[in-house]
Amino acid sequence: MRLYWKYVWILFKSQMQYRASFWLLTLGQCLTPLAVFAGLYFLFERFGQIRGWSFPEVAVCFAVIHTAFAITECFARGFDLFSTMVGQGEFDRVLVRPRGTILQVLGSKFEFARAGRLLQSLLVLFFALSSLTIEWTPLKTVTLILMISCGVFIFTGIFILAATFCFWTIQGLEVVHILTDGGKEMAQYPLNIYQKWVARFFTFVIPFGCINYLPLMYILDKTEGNGILYMLAPTAGIIFLLPCLLVWNIGVRHYRSTGS
Amino acid sequence: MRMYWSVFKLRLYNGLQYRSAALAGIVTQFFWGFIAIMVFEAFYSQALSQPPMSLPELISYIWLKQAFLILVILWLRDSELSDLITSGNIAYDLCRPSGIYNFWYAKLLAQRLSGAALRCSPILIISFFLPHPYRLMSPPDSFAFWLFIISLLLGLLLVTAISMLIYISVFATLSPSGSFLMFAVLGEFLSGMIVPIPLLPQWLQQILYALPFHFTADFPFRVYSGHIPASEALVGIGIQMIWLAVLFVVGKWLMSRALRNIVVQGG
Amino acid sequence: MITVRGLHKTFRVAKRSTGLGQAVKALFHREYKAIEALKDISFSIEPGEIVGYIGPNGAGKSTTIKVMSGILVPDSGICSIMGYTPWEQRVSYVKHIGVVFGQRSQLWWDVPVIDSFELLRDIYKVPETEYQSNLSLLTETLDLQELLGIPVRQLSLGQRMRCEIAASLLHSPSVLFLDEPTIGLDAMSKIAVRRFIQTINAERGVTVILTTHDMSDIEALASRIILIGKGRLLHDGSLQGLRSQFSTRKVITADYRTCHRPLAIPGAAILSWSPERAQFSINTGEIVVSEVLAALSSQVELLDVTIDGQPIEDLIIQLYKEHQLS
Repeated sequence: MRLYWKYVWILFKSQMQYRASFWLLTLGQCLTPLAVFAGLYFLFERFGQIRGWSFPEVAVCFAVIHTAFAITECFARGFDLFSTMVGQGEFDRVLVRPRGTILQVLGSKFEFARAGRLLQSLLVLFFALSSLTIEWTPLKTVTLILMISCGVFIFTGIFILAATFCFWTIQGLEVVHILTDGGKEMAQYPLNIYQKWVARFFTFVIPFGCINYLPLMYILDKTEGNGILYMLAPTAGIIFLLPCLLVWNIGVRHYRSTGS
Repeated sequence: MRMYWSVFKLRLYNGLQYRSAALAGIVTQFFWGFIAIMVFEAFYSQALSQPPMSLPELISYIWLKQAFLILVILWLRDSELSDLITSGNIAYDLCRPSGIYNFWYAKLLAQRLSGAALRCSPILIISFFLPHPYRLMSPPDSFAFWLFIISLLLGLLLVTAISMLIYISVFATLSPSGSFLMFAVLGEFLSGMIVPIPLLPQWLQQILYALPFHFTADFPFRVYSGHIPASEALVGIGIQMIWLAVLFVVGKWLMSRALRNIVVQGG
Repeated sequence: MITVRGLHKTFRVAKRSTGLGQAVKALFHREYKAIEALKDISFSIEPGEIVGYIGPNGAGKSTTIKVMSGILVPDSGICSIMGYTPWEQRVSYVKHIGVVFGQRSQLWWDVPVIDSFELLRDIYKVPETEYQSNLSLLTETLDLQELLGIPVRQLSLGQRMRCEIAASLLHSPSVLFLDEPTIGLDAMSKIAVRRFIQTINAERGVTVILTTHDMSDIEALASRIILIGKGRLLHDGSLQGLRSQFSTRKVITADYRTCHRPLAIPGAAILSWSPERAQFSINTGEIVVSEVLAALSSQVELLDVTIDGQPIEDLIIQLYKEHQLS
């Protein structure tokens, strides 16, 4: 862990070498979700609600998923850009060093400009939560933290899966955006507005529903029956990450037998 | 002219080499299309008043957007070009016997056309045969269809001219990703790619109609569904041409200024 | 120290299609062919040796280096380095080796060199005292003092290569793999890098395995060369051994006082002749040089004689031809 922060520190120094570019990027990163959020706002202004969900409620959904995504993009960017790492043969370098591959890939990139996106998402979260009347309990606060942190696990898992593909082919990786960007886009609304099969896929296969829709029902007191299940739903994110790590190890083994 | 044709052929050939990339692109476009449609379906299902665009019109809008995405998005980036600028290798292109503005314009246009050549027809065909609520409807009459084709092509020329401005701005910022991010986010919103313009509030619509972005995507897609009637469409096509002329002139002027600065720096 | 026996490695490579029609076809079907990168490679290396590992592009040099540094797993064969099998105990093994890929950088591009060194210290968990003594030794021998505070991107290629090599020695490895360490360097920098490799080999007993295309690297550094081509081992031994085995052709150029009578030397072929100068080619297996000189001086009044051996590059090309590898 200490080593990871060393990696981060050296990357921070690197990025500070290009200050103008850094600020431009931060600003741009801040604007991206803002444009999407503005779109959301205008749609609610026209339609009022979406299947019984009000604007601030959907905004919480939106903010949780965007915060989780922003954090993941900050620190797991190394996996996101892994195809270039393999393409340039830099992964060989990782293999001749006496440390785990995951830690080294995580440490290879850290984009501070993404903090702009994080800041913006947190602002939306704050705004949305304050315009709702929620009776806060310690359990609800824990749930909110679980939602975001487990969201990070899910996105990291997907990034790792996508990176693992690079060991076989660097073509057609675009399709992975269905899971990352697509998942983010989709889970910014409560899942029950979609067709059943979509909602099921994003609850049981890639558990985006478990980190915002289900626990959000608990926070908003919309649950029927046992609330604990709803509250603990985000832990599905941890369960999701485990097989991803396994697949990564298979990928590394494949790379070491083909060298491609 | 022959040079432009060979630029295009090279691009198309490169695109074909990446077999799975094209397939993955199509799958992705479909996925995005379905999400967008489902979200709007949910909004429409309990709408209190009649929205200014019917659901079938909106669905056609979304499928056209997905099919022609590469033609109309602003954030399509040619890293070769931006690298030329930041690395200073632009000197090579300055030695070419053609104007640099025209050459780059052709390159960017070719990138869009070759990308779309592979992707648009599968999406159009499949979305045309989807079951009822998700279907891409056919245009009201053949006249609307031809107007759509003309406005789409003009929109393509327009978006390429706008993206030239982004590349020119790289001369100043020296940060291609920064420039693209700023322009792309704004452009995407302003051209109605996030929310179709008729669904936005009145005051915002009026601003957007006065800008060129709306003519790159929103306008042709609504001409197709007949949401913009033929008479208005003809006027719109005229405005597209005026914008195109303006952007060409401005682009060439800015380019020559940027290049002059480079020569001074290098001197 | 290093024992390699019977290494085999086969890759499956997709055939790149040419032409638009072929490219469309490849959308649906792709053909593969198997390439044998390594065929029964065996050798062993003693501690403290400097071994030049040479061969043309695609010969299997970097595949071998990748196997020996634990990156690649071979199809079959044994490789034992300091008691480790590189691909099986990767993490514990790589602590004992240093690798320099000449065409890639292991230093962080935008920060001062010393920052990269410190991060490497943490990656390899080098104890502080060991790190400090290594650093001062390396700084001294490589003359790095002024370079340590400069961001890598501002270094020249030669300066950067010195820093790269230093970086891979911070954790005091016993084996150093250098993959084309002098590629792209100017003559001065090449000499500096070579001298440094000799120094660390002599002072710290580091075993060095070096691949290169530059034969002068080999002549300056390696007492032993291993030559491979198309995945097979062609020669393992000293450079002189290679010379005497294959280089039997010598060119003798003689200048003499004007003589209009053509020369005739038994056992030597005349390459060119003029009244003042003649060139002969001989095969040292058939005739010794002194006999040729004796015959020459009996026929003309010699002013100057030069004897040229075959340059090493020619020698290797000849070797490839002999194995039908060109």
